[in-house]
Amino acid sequence: MAQTEKPSLFELFLTFAKIGVMTFGGGYAMLPMLQREIVEKKKWCSEDDLLDYFAVGQCTPGIIAVNTATFIGYRTRGNLGGVIATLGIVFPSLVIITCLASVLEIYGDNPYVVKAFAGVRVAVSALITLSVIKLAKKSVVDVPTGILSALTLLLMLLFNLSPVIFVFVGIAWGIVFSLLTERRRGKTK
Amino acid sequence: MGHCLFSLDGAKKGEDEMTFLILYAEFFKIGLFAIGGGMATLPFLFRLSDVHPDWISYGDISTMVAVSESTPGPIGINMATYCGTKVSGILGGVTATLGLVTPSIIIILIIAHVLDRFKDNVWVRRSFYGLRAAVIALIAYAGVQVYKIALFNGNRLRVKEAILFCVLLPLMLRFKKVHPVIWIVIAAAVGILFSLPS
Repeated sequence: MAQTEKPSLFELFLTFAKIGVMTFGGGYAMLPMLQREIVEKKKWCSEDDLLDYFAVGQCTPGIIAVNTATFIGYRTRGNLGGVIATLGIVFPSLVIITCLASVLEIYGDNPYVVKAFAGVRVAVSALITLSVIKLAKKSVVDVPTGILSALTLLLMLLFNLSPVIFVFVGIAWGIVFSLLTERRRGKTK
Repeated sequence: MGHCLFSLDGAKKGEDEMTFLILYAEFFKIGLFAIGGGMATLPFLFRLSDVHPDWISYGDISTMVAVSESTPGPIGINMATYCGTKVSGILGGVTATLGLVTPSIIIILIIAHVLDRFKDNVWVRRSFYGLRAAVIALIAYAGVQVYKIALFNGNRLRVKEAILFCVLLPLMLRFKKVHPVIWIVIAAAVGILFSLPS
Protein backbone atom coordinates (compact mmCIF):
# COMPACT_ATOMS: atom_id res chain seq x y z
CA MET A 1 0.00 0.00 0.00
CA ALA A 2 3.05 2.25 -0.01
CA GLN A 3 2.15 5.16 -2.25
CA THR A 4 4.19 8.23 -2.93
CA GLU A 5 1.33 10.74 -2.88
CA LYS A 6 -2.17 11.18 -4.21
CA PRO A 7 -2.12 12.34 -7.83
CA SER A 8 -4.43 15.15 -8.88
CA LEU A 9 -7.48 14.16 -10.92
CA PHE A 10 -5.98 16.01 -13.87
CA GLU A 11 -2.75 14.00 -13.61
CA LEU A 12 -4.83 10.81 -13.46
CA PHE A 13 -6.71 11.82 -16.61
CA LEU A 14 -3.53 12.77 -18.48
CA THR A 15 -1.68 9.59 -17.52
CA PHE A 16 -4.47 7.35 -18.75
CA ALA A 17 -4.99 9.44 -21.89
CA LYS A 18 -1.28 8.88 -22.59
CA ILE A 19 -1.67 5.12 -22.09
CA GLY A 20 -4.70 5.22 -24.41
CA VAL A 21 -2.64 6.90 -27.15
CA MET A 22 0.24 4.45 -26.83
CA THR A 23 -1.87 1.29 -26.84
CA PHE A 24 -2.84 -0.41 -30.08
CA GLY A 25 -5.48 -3.12 -29.77
CA GLY A 26 -6.08 -2.99 -26.01
CA GLY A 27 -6.13 -6.01 -23.72
CA TYR A 28 -2.72 -7.63 -23.34
CA ALA A 29 -1.11 -4.95 -25.52
CA MET A 30 -1.81 -2.49 -22.71
CA LEU A 31 -0.07 -4.43 -19.94
CA PRO A 32 3.53 -3.34 -20.72
CA MET A 33 2.38 0.32 -20.93
CA LEU A 34 0.62 0.05 -17.57
CA GLN A 35 3.68 -1.58 -16.02
CA ARG A 36 5.94 1.24 -17.18
CA GLU A 37 3.65 4.21 -16.51
CA ILE A 38 1.68 3.15 -13.43
CA VAL A 39 4.01 0.78 -11.58
CA GLU A 40 7.51 2.03 -12.44
CA LYS A 41 7.07 5.75 -13.11
CA LYS A 42 4.10 6.83 -10.97
CA LYS A 43 4.25 4.01 -8.38
CA TRP A 44 0.47 4.11 -7.96
CA CYS A 45 0.32 0.35 -7.34
CA SER A 46 2.63 -2.67 -7.22
CA GLU A 47 3.25 -5.14 -10.04
CA ASP A 48 1.19 -7.78 -8.19
CA ASP A 49 -1.72 -5.37 -7.69
CA LEU A 50 -1.69 -4.58 -11.39
CA LEU A 51 -1.81 -8.25 -12.37
CA ASP A 52 -4.72 -8.77 -9.95
CA TYR A 53 -6.65 -5.85 -11.45
CA PHE A 54 -5.91 -7.18 -14.90
CA ALA A 55 -7.11 -10.68 -14.02
CA VAL A 56 -10.35 -9.38 -12.51
CA GLY A 57 -10.75 -6.98 -15.46
CA GLN A 58 -10.71 -9.96 -17.78
CA CYS A 59 -13.48 -11.82 -16.01
CA THR A 60 -15.85 -8.91 -15.43
CA PRO A 61 -18.13 -7.41 -18.08
CA GLY A 62 -16.71 -4.76 -20.37
CA ILE A 63 -13.43 -3.75 -21.97
CA ILE A 64 -10.36 -4.99 -20.08
CA ALA A 65 -8.54 -1.66 -20.50
CA VAL A 66 -11.45 0.26 -18.99
CA ASN A 67 -11.86 -2.18 -16.11
CA THR A 68 -8.16 -1.95 -15.23
CA ALA A 69 -8.17 1.85 -15.50
CA THR A 70 -11.20 2.07 -13.20
CA PHE A 71 -9.43 -0.10 -10.61
CA ILE A 72 -6.26 2.00 -10.57
CA GLY A 73 -8.22 5.26 -10.54
CA TYR A 74 -10.22 4.00 -7.57
CA ARG A 75 -7.03 2.93 -5.77
CA THR A 76 -5.52 6.41 -6.06
CA ARG A 77 -8.49 8.78 -5.79
CA GLY A 78 -11.60 6.80 -4.80
CA ASN A 79 -14.80 6.51 -6.87
CA LEU A 80 -14.30 9.78 -8.73
CA GLY A 81 -10.75 8.69 -9.56
CA GLY A 82 -12.16 5.53 -11.14
CA VAL A 83 -14.43 7.58 -13.39
CA ILE A 84 -11.71 10.09 -14.33
CA ALA A 85 -9.16 7.35 -15.20
CA THR A 86 -11.74 5.70 -17.48
CA LEU A 87 -12.58 8.98 -19.20
CA GLY A 88 -8.84 9.47 -19.69
CA ILE A 89 -8.31 6.14 -21.40
CA VAL A 90 -11.27 6.56 -23.77
CA PHE A 91 -10.53 10.21 -24.66
CA PRO A 92 -7.89 9.62 -27.39
CA SER A 93 -10.10 6.97 -29.05
CA LEU A 94 -13.01 9.40 -29.19
CA VAL A 95 -10.94 12.09 -30.90
CA ILE A 96 -9.06 9.84 -33.35
CA ILE A 97 -11.97 7.60 -34.38
CA THR A 98 -14.40 10.49 -34.80
CA CYS A 99 -11.99 12.23 -37.19
CA LEU A 100 -11.23 9.03 -39.13
CA ALA A 101 -14.88 8.06 -39.45
CA SER A 102 -15.65 11.50 -40.92
CA VAL A 103 -12.76 11.23 -43.40
CA LEU A 104 -13.94 7.77 -44.48
CA GLU A 105 -17.47 9.10 -44.87
CA ILE A 106 -16.14 11.65 -47.41
CA TYR A 107 -13.66 9.44 -49.30
CA GLY A 108 -15.53 6.14 -48.93
CA ASP A 109 -16.54 6.03 -52.63
CA ASN A 110 -13.07 6.81 -54.00
CA PRO A 111 -12.07 3.81 -56.21
CA TYR A 112 -8.68 3.43 -54.50
CA VAL A 113 -10.29 3.45 -51.07
CA VAL A 114 -12.78 0.81 -52.24
CA LYS A 115 -9.96 -1.42 -53.54
CA ALA A 116 -7.84 -0.90 -50.43
CA PHE A 117 -10.71 -1.81 -48.14
CA ALA A 118 -11.51 -4.96 -50.12
CA GLY A 119 -7.97 -6.05 -49.22
CA VAL A 120 -8.26 -4.77 -45.66
CA ARG A 121 -11.39 -6.88 -45.09
CA VAL A 122 -9.40 -9.99 -45.94
CA ALA A 123 -6.79 -8.95 -43.38
CA VAL A 124 -9.56 -8.42 -40.83
CA SER A 125 -10.94 -11.92 -41.54
CA ALA A 126 -7.49 -13.37 -40.93
CA LEU A 127 -6.92 -11.26 -37.79
CA ILE A 128 -10.19 -12.42 -36.22
CA THR A 129 -9.30 -16.02 -37.11
CA LEU A 130 -5.95 -15.47 -35.40
CA SER A 131 -7.66 -14.15 -32.23
CA VAL A 132 -9.96 -17.17 -32.20
CA ILE A 133 -7.05 -19.61 -32.56
CA LYS A 134 -5.12 -17.87 -29.76
CA LEU A 135 -8.07 -17.70 -27.37
CA ALA A 136 -9.33 -21.20 -28.17
CA LYS A 137 -6.13 -22.72 -26.75
CA LYS A 138 -7.01 -21.22 -23.36
CA SER A 139 -10.80 -21.61 -23.48
CA VAL A 140 -11.44 -24.98 -25.10
CA VAL A 141 -9.56 -27.21 -22.69
CA ASP A 142 -11.56 -30.48 -22.53
CA VAL A 143 -14.62 -32.34 -23.86
CA PRO A 144 -17.36 -30.30 -22.09
CA THR A 145 -15.90 -26.94 -23.20
CA GLY A 146 -15.38 -28.34 -26.72
CA ILE A 147 -19.01 -29.41 -26.96
CA LEU A 148 -20.22 -26.05 -25.63
CA SER A 149 -18.11 -24.11 -28.16
CA ALA A 150 -19.28 -26.25 -31.09
CA LEU A 151 -22.91 -26.05 -29.96
CA THR A 152 -22.79 -22.26 -29.48
CA LEU A 153 -21.27 -21.69 -32.92
CA LEU A 154 -23.76 -24.06 -34.59
CA LEU A 155 -26.82 -22.48 -32.92
CA MET A 156 -25.60 -18.96 -33.76
CA LEU A 157 -25.05 -19.90 -37.42
CA LEU A 158 -28.45 -21.60 -37.71
CA PHE A 159 -30.66 -19.23 -35.75
CA ASN A 160 -28.63 -16.00 -35.28
CA LEU A 161 -29.73 -15.69 -31.62
CA SER A 162 -28.83 -12.95 -29.18
CA PRO A 163 -25.30 -13.51 -27.75
CA VAL A 164 -26.69 -12.69 -24.28
CA ILE A 165 -28.32 -16.15 -24.19
CA PHE A 166 -24.95 -17.83 -24.52
CA VAL A 167 -23.43 -15.78 -21.70
CA PHE A 168 -25.98 -17.36 -19.36
CA VAL A 169 -25.74 -20.81 -20.97
CA GLY A 170 -21.92 -20.61 -20.64
CA ILE A 171 -22.10 -19.75 -16.94
CA ALA A 172 -24.63 -22.53 -16.21
CA TRP A 173 -22.64 -25.05 -18.28
CA GLY A 174 -19.43 -24.08 -16.47
CA ILE A 175 -20.98 -24.53 -13.03
CA VAL A 176 -22.67 -27.86 -13.85
CA PHE A 177 -19.61 -29.49 -15.43
CA SER A 178 -17.21 -28.09 -12.81
CA LEU A 179 -19.38 -29.62 -10.08
CA LEU A 180 -19.62 -32.94 -11.96
CA THR A 181 -15.84 -33.11 -12.37
CA GLU A 182 -15.26 -32.15 -8.74
CA ARG A 183 -17.68 -34.88 -7.58
CA ARG A 184 -16.05 -37.52 -9.76
CA ARG A 185 -12.62 -36.56 -8.42
CA GLY A 186 -13.97 -36.74 -4.87
CA LYS A 187 -15.21 -40.29 -5.41
CA THR A 188 -12.00 -41.68 -6.90
CA LYS A 189 -9.98 -40.36 -3.97
CA MET B 1 -12.50 19.54 -42.08
CA GLY B 2 -14.32 21.17 -39.19
CA HIS B 3 -17.28 21.85 -41.43
CA CYS B 4 -17.45 18.24 -42.58
CA LEU B 5 -17.32 17.02 -39.00
CA PHE B 6 -20.28 19.12 -38.03
CA SER B 7 -22.30 18.32 -41.13
CA LEU B 8 -22.07 14.68 -40.09
CA ASP B 9 -24.14 15.43 -37.02
CA GLY B 10 -27.29 16.60 -38.73
CA ALA B 11 -27.01 14.66 -41.98
CA LYS B 12 -27.86 11.30 -40.44
CA LYS B 13 -31.29 9.96 -39.64
CA GLY B 14 -30.58 9.60 -35.94
CA GLU B 15 -30.22 13.03 -34.39
CA ASP B 16 -33.17 13.24 -32.00
CA GLU B 17 -32.97 12.61 -28.25
CA MET B 18 -34.68 9.23 -28.58
CA THR B 19 -31.92 7.90 -30.83
CA PHE B 20 -29.27 8.93 -28.31
CA LEU B 21 -31.19 7.27 -25.51
CA ILE B 22 -31.56 4.01 -27.44
CA LEU B 23 -27.91 4.19 -28.53
CA TYR B 24 -26.82 4.65 -24.91
CA ALA B 25 -29.05 1.77 -23.76
CA GLU B 26 -27.83 -0.58 -26.53
CA PHE B 27 -24.17 0.04 -25.69
CA PHE B 28 -24.87 -0.17 -21.96
CA LYS B 29 -26.23 -3.66 -22.66
CA ILE B 30 -23.14 -4.57 -24.68
CA GLY B 31 -20.91 -3.29 -21.84
CA LEU B 32 -22.85 -5.44 -19.42
CA PHE B 33 -22.83 -8.69 -21.37
CA ALA B 34 -19.62 -8.61 -23.42
CA ILE B 35 -17.18 -10.38 -21.11
CA GLY B 36 -13.57 -11.02 -22.08
CA GLY B 37 -12.39 -7.78 -23.68
CA GLY B 38 -12.81 -5.77 -26.87
CA MET B 39 -13.23 -8.58 -29.39
CA ALA B 40 -16.04 -10.02 -27.25
CA THR B 41 -18.15 -6.99 -28.20
CA LEU B 42 -18.04 -7.97 -31.89
CA PRO B 43 -20.88 -10.55 -31.90
CA PHE B 44 -23.02 -7.97 -30.08
CA LEU B 45 -22.28 -5.37 -32.75
CA PHE B 46 -23.46 -7.77 -35.45
CA ARG B 47 -26.58 -8.29 -33.37
CA LEU B 48 -26.99 -4.51 -33.20
CA SER B 49 -26.86 -4.38 -36.99
CA ASP B 50 -29.63 -7.02 -37.18
CA VAL B 51 -31.85 -5.13 -34.75
CA HIS B 52 -31.12 -1.65 -36.22
CA PRO B 53 -30.34 -2.23 -39.91
CA ASP B 54 -30.55 1.53 -40.59
CA TRP B 55 -27.75 2.21 -38.06
CA ILE B 56 -24.86 0.14 -39.34
CA SER B 57 -24.29 -2.56 -41.98
CA TYR B 58 -22.15 -5.71 -41.85
CA GLY B 59 -19.81 -3.95 -44.31
CA ASP B 60 -19.49 -0.99 -41.93
CA ILE B 61 -18.60 -3.39 -39.11
CA SER B 62 -15.80 -4.88 -41.16
CA THR B 63 -14.41 -1.38 -41.88
CA MET B 64 -14.84 -0.58 -38.19
CA VAL B 65 -12.68 -3.55 -37.15
CA ALA B 66 -9.93 -2.47 -39.56
CA VAL B 67 -10.00 1.15 -38.37
CA SER B 68 -10.09 0.08 -34.70
CA GLU B 69 -7.18 -2.34 -35.08
CA SER B 70 -5.02 0.24 -36.86
CA THR B 71 -5.55 3.22 -34.54
CA PRO B 72 -4.41 3.83 -30.96
CA GLY B 73 -6.72 2.98 -28.08
CA PRO B 74 -8.47 -0.12 -26.78
CA ILE B 75 -10.18 -1.88 -29.70
CA GLY B 76 -13.54 -2.20 -27.89
CA ILE B 77 -13.67 1.56 -27.29
CA ASN B 78 -12.61 2.32 -30.85
CA MET B 79 -15.35 0.08 -32.24
CA ALA B 80 -18.04 1.64 -30.02
CA THR B 81 -16.95 5.17 -30.99
CA TYR B 82 -16.95 4.25 -34.68
CA CYS B 83 -20.40 2.66 -34.45
CA GLY B 84 -21.85 5.62 -32.56
CA THR B 85 -20.34 8.10 -35.03
CA LYS B 86 -21.92 6.17 -37.91
CA VAL B 87 -25.32 6.36 -36.22
CA SER B 88 -25.38 10.05 -35.31
CA GLY B 89 -22.10 11.89 -35.61
CA ILE B 90 -19.71 13.06 -32.91
CA LEU B 91 -22.30 13.03 -30.13
CA GLY B 92 -23.32 9.53 -31.19
CA GLY B 93 -19.71 8.37 -30.77
CA VAL B 94 -19.53 9.90 -27.31
CA THR B 95 -22.92 8.44 -26.34
CA ALA B 96 -22.06 4.90 -27.47
CA THR B 97 -18.69 4.98 -25.69
CA LEU B 98 -20.15 6.30 -22.44
CA GLY B 99 -22.86 3.64 -22.64
CA LEU B 100 -20.25 0.93 -23.09
CA VAL B 101 -18.10 1.97 -20.11
CA THR B 102 -20.89 2.75 -17.61
CA PRO B 103 -21.51 -0.88 -16.52
CA SER B 104 -17.73 -1.43 -16.22
CA ILE B 105 -17.32 1.55 -13.91
CA ILE B 106 -20.22 0.52 -11.69
CA ILE B 107 -19.22 -3.15 -11.49
CA ILE B 108 -15.51 -2.50 -10.92
CA LEU B 109 -16.15 0.10 -8.22
CA ILE B 110 -18.29 -2.47 -6.40
CA ILE B 111 -15.75 -5.27 -6.85
CA ALA B 112 -12.86 -3.00 -5.79
CA HIS B 113 -14.34 -3.07 -2.29
CA VAL B 114 -14.36 -6.87 -2.14
CA LEU B 115 -11.49 -7.68 -4.52
CA ASP B 116 -9.81 -10.52 -2.69
CA ARG B 117 -12.99 -12.48 -2.11
CA PHE B 118 -14.04 -12.12 -5.76
CA LYS B 119 -10.69 -13.17 -7.20
CA ASP B 120 -10.52 -16.53 -5.41
CA ASN B 121 -14.24 -17.28 -5.42
CA VAL B 122 -14.93 -20.85 -6.49
CA TRP B 123 -18.23 -19.92 -8.21
CA VAL B 124 -16.45 -17.30 -10.32
CA ARG B 125 -13.92 -19.92 -11.37
CA ARG B 126 -16.60 -22.50 -12.20
CA SER B 127 -18.65 -19.97 -14.21
CA PHE B 128 -15.66 -18.88 -16.23
CA TYR B 129 -14.73 -22.39 -17.17
CA GLY B 130 -17.94 -22.51 -19.28
CA LEU B 131 -18.26 -18.83 -20.14
CA ARG B 132 -14.87 -18.68 -21.86
CA ALA B 133 -15.81 -21.54 -24.19
CA ALA B 134 -19.10 -19.85 -25.14
CA VAL B 135 -17.38 -16.50 -25.75
CA ILE B 136 -14.78 -18.00 -28.09
CA ALA B 137 -17.61 -19.50 -30.19
CA LEU B 138 -19.38 -16.12 -30.30
CA ILE B 139 -16.20 -14.45 -31.59
CA ALA B 140 -15.80 -17.23 -34.17
CA TYR B 141 -19.37 -16.55 -35.28
CA ALA B 142 -18.53 -12.87 -35.71
CA GLY B 143 -15.54 -14.00 -37.80
CA VAL B 144 -17.84 -16.00 -40.09
CA GLN B 145 -19.92 -12.85 -40.69
CA VAL B 146 -16.78 -11.01 -41.79
CA TYR B 147 -15.80 -13.95 -44.09
CA LYS B 148 -19.19 -13.64 -45.79
CA ILE B 149 -18.45 -10.04 -46.80
CA ALA B 150 -14.72 -10.30 -47.38
CA LEU B 151 -14.42 -13.64 -49.17
CA PHE B 152 -17.83 -14.16 -50.77
CA ASN B 153 -20.11 -12.25 -53.10
CA GLY B 154 -23.44 -13.86 -52.33
CA ASN B 155 -22.71 -17.55 -52.86
CA ARG B 156 -19.77 -16.97 -55.18
CA LEU B 157 -16.25 -17.21 -53.74
CA ARG B 158 -14.07 -14.16 -54.44
CA VAL B 159 -11.00 -15.96 -55.78
CA LYS B 160 -8.36 -13.22 -55.38
CA GLU B 161 -9.51 -12.53 -51.81
CA ALA B 162 -9.49 -16.23 -50.95
CA ILE B 163 -5.91 -16.54 -52.20
CA LEU B 164 -4.87 -13.47 -50.17
CA PHE B 165 -6.50 -14.99 -47.06
CA CYS B 166 -4.69 -18.31 -47.56
CA VAL B 167 -1.38 -16.45 -47.84
CA LEU B 168 -1.98 -13.99 -44.98
CA LEU B 169 -3.19 -16.38 -42.26
CA PRO B 170 -0.14 -18.72 -42.24
CA LEU B 171 2.14 -15.65 -42.35
CA MET B 172 0.34 -14.17 -39.33
CA LEU B 173 0.63 -17.46 -37.46
CA ARG B 174 4.32 -17.68 -38.34
CA PHE B 175 5.21 -14.05 -37.51
CA LYS B 176 3.11 -13.42 -34.41
CA LYS B 177 5.12 -10.42 -33.25
CA VAL B 178 4.23 -8.33 -36.32
CA HIS B 179 1.69 -5.67 -35.40
CA PRO B 180 -1.84 -6.01 -36.91
CA VAL B 181 -1.56 -2.56 -38.50
CA ILE B 182 1.29 -3.87 -40.71
CA TRP B 183 -0.90 -6.69 -42.06
CA ILE B 184 -3.75 -4.25 -42.66
CA VAL B 185 -1.47 -1.90 -44.63
CA ILE B 186 -0.07 -4.81 -46.68
CA ALA B 187 -3.59 -6.05 -47.45
CA ALA B 188 -4.69 -2.53 -48.48
CA ALA B 189 -1.71 -2.31 -50.87
CA VAL B 190 -2.56 -5.75 -52.33
CA GLY B 191 -6.16 -4.58 -52.75
CA ILE B 192 -5.07 -1.59 -54.84
CA LEU B 193 -2.38 -3.48 -56.83
CA PHE B 194 -4.62 -6.42 -57.78
CA SER B 195 -7.77 -4.32 -58.18
CA LEU B 196 -9.98 -6.01 -55.59
CA PRO B 197 -12.84 -6.69 -54.96
CA SER B 198 -13.02 -9.60 -57.40
